[in-house]
Amino acid sequence: MSKSLFDKVWDSHVVRKIEGGPDVFFIDRHFIHEVTSPVAFLGLKNRGLSVLYPERTFATADHNTPTINQHLPVEDPLSANQLKALEDNSNEYGISHWGLGHKKNGIVHVVGPENGITFPGATIVCGDSHTSTHGAFGAIAFGIGTSEVEMVLSTQCIMQPKPKKMRINVNGPLGKGVTPKDVALYIISKLTTSGATGYFVEYAGDVFENMTMEGRMTVCNLSIEMGARGGMIAPDETTFEYLKDKPLSPKGEAWDKAVAHWKTLKTEEGATFDKELTFLTSDIEPMITYGTNPGMGIGISNNIPNADAVEGGVATYKKSLDYMGYEENDSMLGKKIDYVFLGSCTNGRIEDFRAFASIVKGKQKADHVTAWLVPGSHEVEGKIKEEGILDIITEAGFVLRQPGCSACLAMNDDKVPSGKYAVSTSNRNFEGRQGPGSRTLLASPLVAAAAAVTGVVTDPRDLL
Amino acid sequence: MAYDKFNILTSTAVPLPLENVDTDQIIPARFLKATERKGFGDNLFRDWRYNSDNTPKENFVLNNPIYSGKILVGGKNFGSGSSREHAAWAVYDYGFRCVVSSFFADIFKNNCLNIGVLPVQVSAEFSEQIFDAIYKDANTEIEVNLPEQTITIKSTGAQESFDINSYKKDNMLNGFDDIDYLQNIKGDIETFANGLML
Repeated sequence: MSKSLFDKVWDSHVVRKIEGGPDVFFIDRHFIHEVTSPVAFLGLKNRGLSVLYPERTFATADHNTPTINQHLPVEDPLSANQLKALEDNSNEYGISHWGLGHKKNGIVHVVGPENGITFPGATIVCGDSHTSTHGAFGAIAFGIGTSEVEMVLSTQCIMQPKPKKMRINVNGPLGKGVTPKDVALYIISKLTTSGATGYFVEYAGDVFENMTMEGRMTVCNLSIEMGARGGMIAPDETTFEYLKDKPLSPKGEAWDKAVAHWKTLKTEEGATFDKELTFLTSDIEPMITYGTNPGMGIGISNNIPNADAVEGGVATYKKSLDYMGYEENDSMLGKKIDYVFLGSCTNGRIEDFRAFASIVKGKQKADHVTAWLVPGSHEVEGKIKEEGILDIITEAGFVLRQPGCSACLAMNDDKVPSGKYAVSTSNRNFEGRQGPGSRTLLASPLVAAAAAVTGVVTDPRDLL
Repeated sequence: MAYDKFNILTSTAVPLPLENVDTDQIIPARFLKATERKGFGDNLFRDWRYNSDNTPKENFVLNNPIYSGKILVGGKNFGSGSSREHAAWAVYDYGFRCVVSSFFADIFKNNCLNIGVLPVQVSAEFSEQIFDAIYKDANTEIEVNLPEQTITIKSTGAQESFDINSYKKDNMLNGFDDIDYLQNIKGDIETFANGLML
């Protein structure tokens, strides 16, 4: 029987099948961070277990870290305690640890690929739902809970039933001002936040083939927002080119051997999917969300839909618009905004800063807008400086902060105040996600940049 | 950690008929800073439950003394978003042992099963029947029978069966968890790992 890319990677990692139950599923690479790992280590200690393969786990601090003055002690004692727990646990069990201040520190889903920890055909987990990012390399990557973190630490396996398979095809050239983020937000708006629950997605079609690795990571990152555990894209020359010579990528003969294997990781002709969807790029324009879940997105020139035009309950929909302070049929263009956040594991890579700079170059930040520009890692920060992007954004009145998850989930001090509107390149617009009472509009770096200089929701195509 | 055994649970239930309840609502990120698993129930649905000055919001169901019990009945797509197991811990720590919905998000469902909270997926129609019964009489009891895989509204007798894979069912009935299983097949795992290229 013809196999899909997903079948090939999944089936080659099953240690044992349980009748009427899940598969015992082997994990090649495990990322941990300070928030979802401490209780897992506590569990190990309580049971008297050790870490089976410490060399397969990588720790980085990102979720609650400050994005200014990282050389100073962390002020919040609870955050400092979690950071110390990560460091102590990593040291105790021999796990590589890139803590705050380490030159390789950054958001877990940015530093993993940057360092060649991620590779095609790998199985990758982390106690973070955006682990789906690594699917961009043709890996099966997904988020897990803390109980599972403990399982991976102690046995390098988790127990998972094999998900159903979905293929999403998108073909055609991308229009002016349309980015990978818009493609993803468009798909989620069509599927809703539960449309892919129970499935693992393969993205196929020339749109993804023509994307850079950064773009593919943005798309795969957002797979969880349609309910999918993860999404993946078949590895190709773009993938190999990105990974070659990364610090932890295989070298020499091992590299050649690996690439030869990675080239076989494609969906075969005739492979079947439980669900298949096809979209056209001609229908996709720059997107923005207007509600309180990532499925509530529209093309930026469209109006907010009527309650009777959307799937689901009217009460839930109206509660959502009420929270946002918006009305049915409102136009999003021209809506006043207060904050702009560029960053996160979704859009905190060099390409995202290039896109942002392409719009703000020669313009000025709107006076009433507070902007947080947060690189995904020190490596991204370095490139921003090298490429002259820092000069462009500084001249336009912006300040570059230090790496971390920052205002995406607002565990540190980067909180949007209650009632304020933020155009954010992150991944979730849930109630209070960016701070209690905050109102989030998800969008691409181009839309964020356009809003940052005009102070209102603006079509980036007017500024390009 | 191993957890309480689950067999037959008969309890009143707390209704929360909203769709797409995400784990950021179940427990906001700013309450994820503990390094131990305790006290999360205090912050369950924090921002729906309390005003910014920490006074209770009277119109939220957990602050309404009429409703109580060990079963939480949510709307469609319950538990979407972040993988934080803290959401399941908060549900458990508050006192719930079972969550009922017409549709669960994957990771939340998995996390519940891993800590001994039973997620029961029912049809949309049955979900409506439960809400109707609770709103008609808050003392309505719901029986969740894991061995038989049935859920029953005691006042009306309406019953539906639910799915759970036999491995997880066995775990819940006996209070076992996956680590107990995995520890026993470590030899197989090591043999497997030795055959890997990277």
